[in-house]
Amino acid sequence: MSSTVETSSTTDGAATSRPVRGAGGTESRPRRGAGTTGKDLLHALPWIGPALILIFGVVLYPAVVMFYNSTRHISLSGLDQGSVGLDNYVAVFSFPYFWPILGRTVVWVVAVVALTVLISLGLAQLLDKAFPGRQLVRLAVIIPWAASVVMTTLVVYYGLEPYFGIINTFLVDLGLVSTPEGYGWTKHADTAFAWSIVVAVFVSLPFTTYTILAGLQTIPAEGLEAAKMDGAGPARTYFGIVLPQLRGALSVAILINIINVFNSLPILKTMTGSIPGYDADTVMTLIFKYIQNQHRIDVASALSVVAFLIVLVIVAVYVRAVKPMKEV
Amino acid sequence: MTVTAPAPAPASESVVPPARRKRRYTADQVSAGRVAWRMAAGLVVLLVFILPYTIMFFGSVKTKPEIRSVNPTYFPTEWHWENYITMWSTPETPLPQNLISTIVIAVCATLLVLLVALPAAYYTARFRFPGRMVFLFLVIVTQMLQPAVLTSGLFRQFITLGISDTWLAMILVNAAFNLSFAVWIMHSFFAGVPREVDEAAQIDGAGRVAVLFRINLPLVWPGIVTAIVFTFVACWNEFAASLVILSTAGNQPLSVALTKFVGQYETSWQYVFGVSVVAIIPVVVLFMLIEKRLVGGLTAGSVK
Repeated sequence: MSSTVETSSTTDGAATSRPVRGAGGTESRPRRGAGTTGKDLLHALPWIGPALILIFGVVLYPAVVMFYNSTRHISLSGLDQGSVGLDNYVAVFSFPYFWPILGRTVVWVVAVVALTVLISLGLAQLLDKAFPGRQLVRLAVIIPWAASVVMTTLVVYYGLEPYFGIINTFLVDLGLVSTPEGYGWTKHADTAFAWSIVVAVFVSLPFTTYTILAGLQTIPAEGLEAAKMDGAGPARTYFGIVLPQLRGALSVAILINIINVFNSLPILKTMTGSIPGYDADTVMTLIFKYIQNQHRIDVASALSVVAFLIVLVIVAVYVRAVKPMKEV
Repeated sequence: MTVTAPAPAPASESVVPPARRKRRYTADQVSAGRVAWRMAAGLVVLLVFILPYTIMFFGSVKTKPEIRSVNPTYFPTEWHWENYITMWSTPETPLPQNLISTIVIAVCATLLVLLVALPAAYYTARFRFPGRMVFLFLVIVTQMLQPAVLTSGLFRQFITLGISDTWLAMILVNAAFNLSFAVWIMHSFFAGVPREVDEAAQIDGAGRVAVLFRINLPLVWPGIVTAIVFTFVACWNEFAASLVILSTAGNQPLSVALTKFVGQYETSWQYVFGVSVVAIIPVVVLFMLIEKRLVGGLTAGSVK
């Protein structure tokens, strides 16, 4: 591809930026294996240029800035005071709470994604079946997807408040909690973290369920009928025929969920943000503590680079496993 | 598999409606008991999913003493609709400005995405050029990136550019991070329009831009609507980057502004919930409008 750019970029100037073709437009027709020329790239630029500017300017360039800042010493007021090599990374890794936080991040991602996928498999199975009112249920399932995650988390946070929280009151009324004061769910790091997992699962269910639902609809009916003829029970049909064919949908759902949950800030920030210490933090909330509470943008950048690399690894797995480029 | 890439499924649907695959349940005769069981399960699911938002709504019409009372009631004893008016002048944060910020940022970012993504999606679906695969690969990778992980870089970059703490900065961030999904979705829809349609129009002397607007747009509008709704909802709810980049209270969107109520000595939860209800309803309605598309296999990029 790149070699063809060199050979003909000089033959045609930028003057023909607007692609004007012969009547048939034949030479611009996508043909697999057909040679392309630099002229074609010039013609393409007015169409894809703005997108490239936005992607390079606001996604890739900030990544470069972040990498650069992670090797600088930046004062609390934001002044760049020169290179410090890898000192910021040393600061990140030698922070006594770093490894527990990394471990908690793994727990956070694995617990949320596993619970989400398991519940979604059941939900999708139900929503794929016919029953009166199914459309209404499907619409209800969308709500947490569209609603702001911050707002959904806030209502749970309020519900767990001692004395007046409505979820707490409900637990007291059920007899699960003995005093109206409640346990102080949001005052302890471990319970606040556990409830954050509940909220994260709740807001991840719609996307996951709909992805699995889309997968279920691609399964041909013949296999299911054949299984029925052969006398296979529902469980055997599900694990033997349905689940294997959901592989594609599941890999999309799992990988996108891993990225989303790893990147998630609002739930933990709202639920555990007011708890002192670092006992409910993940990598992402720690980054924002470095930025906002300690104003250490340099250390935050170093930790962001670590997080960025983790995300890139997940993206690489996604591209390999899902092969989204196959169709283009 | 259609799930892995959204390309073929929605696009072909938009042009030539395929013979609708018969739903499986029409084949098997399900017993009334089983249907009843499904309805019961469906009802439980429905209740669980609307529960937080019901609590929100009931809370929004309670008075402050009522919502903060020991031994609270599940339902409001009196319905104080005036909360929806008084909430806008609460001292914690300038809510009317926060609402305006949310609207301006979401609308402008969505328009920018449309303006930038539409030509890119059309051209990459129609023409082969050097670097096309590189461009599409770039789109896929950036689709997976979110502002949270790049916030420290964005923050410094905008300070250098002198646009930190402005709407413009957040419009750019929201547009850039939602662009890829929009390109991807619209690309798949354009790819479903037969190329012969374009060629016929060109023989009739239509220019490329005319072909795009007069011939293709009417055929791919479901894809465009999907892209617009997804982008708008994502921008409306964006939190992480706004939290750091918008430091002035009046510039912040509602998602950031509402977190300030947490940890207050006496949080006015009724106002938090009133604002939440107002902010949630429009985006939920938008999402419900494209519900069919959600099942239709746009999954490759539905990053929220």
